[in-house]
Amino acid sequence: MAAAIEIRGIVNRFGRQVVHDGLDVDIRAGEVFGIVGGSGSGKSVLLRTMLGLQRPASGSVRIEGREVANRPERELLDVKRRYGVMFQRGALFSSLTVQQNVELPIREHYPMPAPLLADLAQLRIGMVGLARDDAAKYPSQLSGGMTKRAALARALALDPAILFLDEPTSGLDPISAAAFDALVLELQQGLSLTVVMITHDLDTIFRVCNRVGVIVDGHMISGTLDEIVRNENPWIQQYFHGERSRALRGRAVTDG
Amino acid sequence: MPFEVQDEGGRSRFRLHGRWTVAEAAAEGPRLREAARAARGAVVVDAAGVEAMDLTGAWFLRSLERQLRDAGRVVEWAGPRPAQLEFIDRVEAERDRIPPAAPESPAGFAGILDHVGRAVVQVREGGLDLLGFIGAVTAGYGRIFGSLRRLRFPSVVRHVYETGLTAVPIVAMIAFLIAVIVAYIGAQQLRKFGGEIFVVDLVTVSVLRELGVLLTAIIVAGRSGSAFAAEIGAMKLNEEVDALRAIGMDPIEVLVLPRILGLVIALPALTVLADAMGLAGGALLSWYLVDIPLGQYVERVQGSISEMTFWVGIIKAPVFAILIAMVGTLRGMQVRTSSRELGRLTTIAVVQSIFLVILADAIFAVIFLELDI
Repeated sequence: MAAAIEIRGIVNRFGRQVVHDGLDVDIRAGEVFGIVGGSGSGKSVLLRTMLGLQRPASGSVRIEGREVANRPERELLDVKRRYGVMFQRGALFSSLTVQQNVELPIREHYPMPAPLLADLAQLRIGMVGLARDDAAKYPSQLSGGMTKRAALARALALDPAILFLDEPTSGLDPISAAAFDALVLELQQGLSLTVVMITHDLDTIFRVCNRVGVIVDGHMISGTLDEIVRNENPWIQQYFHGERSRALRGRAVTDG
Repeated sequence: MPFEVQDEGGRSRFRLHGRWTVAEAAAEGPRLREAARAARGAVVVDAAGVEAMDLTGAWFLRSLERQLRDAGRVVEWAGPRPAQLEFIDRVEAERDRIPPAAPESPAGFAGILDHVGRAVVQVREGGLDLLGFIGAVTAGYGRIFGSLRRLRFPSVVRHVYETGLTAVPIVAMIAFLIAVIVAYIGAQQLRKFGGEIFVVDLVTVSVLRELGVLLTAIIVAGRSGSAFAAEIGAMKLNEEVDALRAIGMDPIEVLVLPRILGLVIALPALTVLADAMGLAGGALLSWYLVDIPLGQYVERVQGSISEMTFWVGIIKAPVFAILIAMVGTLRGMQVRTSSRELGRLTTIAVVQSIFLVILADAIFAVIFLELDI
């Protein structure tokens, strides 16, 4: 499969602190790729680098073959139409209703008459499992799970090929988190998306991700879940064979 | 979303090709609807030539299909029905299972009544909010006087610094300039009557009684009233106020009382400064415009004021300070949900505190007139 995102030799540093030290990874089209790493390992910085919001000190990021790193934001518009981002806490614009939040990117990129715009926004709001009435609500009136769904609807506004999710299930109860995982999978298959997600949720990793990349010491170790689980790196061992992970997989075995 | 319609002996064939994506939707959407209306007989949709179809393209195809079926046409697909359409079908079916909620506000006359009713309830809640706030502040000060340990002294000092000391340059500058303006206009008018010497009386009395304290209060309302509302509002949005409450600290005691007390200390001090700068401005202009030397100016100032003139001005400062600080902190505490509310309430805090300061000044003027001071 072709690489949807190709990252080569990314170096990011803040002052003397080196976050990424020559990080390479390929994310293939149509897969769900999970990014894992300890707090402060640079997951969010990597995401911002992929989005073109953060200039790396060196290295290249290619999204669908087009260079993103070190290019002015103006020139990135055609790339930005190809991806959607769901930020960790939603980042919905609080002065706009859910519907206006979803309409905003569409209107910005493709001018179109208001009724058509409303129809397209409603389609996306329905897709993420929100009711028709929810479209008129303001972000402050939404619960945590609904906020995540509304943010997902906005991320999908431009019919992106690539969907970036930053901690999609953080702050949700297990039932809502499982429902959100199922929603992401359903959308990923229904719309043939490439999904890149930062997550700490082991449940989500085991249920949704095809491949996983772990950031360790500024580099990325990536592979299928089985490969990663068998990796010898002490941090990865700790992460996937720690108490919480064992409990989870033990349960999976009993279930199976 | 390019397509052609071919007439095949009583059947219409929609032959689709090219890209069917959101980028082309606005331009081609109406044409598709038009073509569907004009189609004759049964319709065959042939999507074999489509290069790329995203959700928006699929949605247009599905609308085409529905529009034709609603008009009683038979719609067939030349190949398999694209998978994206099935996906939208599932979404819509899922959605229709959720019954729509009743509309929030009724239409027509009932709607107007509804609106008025809501407004009345809001006014009542606003009034109760205000009463509750005044009560909580009063009770808070009661507790502080009960045990001075409850007073957060470092916090008070910080607010004296932020609202008082940092405002010194702007207050001094404005007081000086206003005195210059009053002296200038006064000299111009009084010259007509040969009474230039009364410029000194004019500047002294107006600065000490009114202008010094009023201008200072207005500047402080703009600087600190807005800062109080925005600081506390941002803390509310960030759930810091809830965190205080959860720890067992009273947000009124921690956030509101030190600000009020700090401003009650800072505003009179700033007023004294403004008075001094105003008199200095008067002295400069008196010397420059009407040739009154400094010694004579000081004598004239002492002659023109009574014992009370200075106190009549300065007594208003703590009252103005309480008004500004209460309005600012109350509006900050009222921020509940969104950043838009934060901006709205900060604006309200500034406008209301300036209005209240001027209103209170008018009331003071009437009182002093009745008391003959």
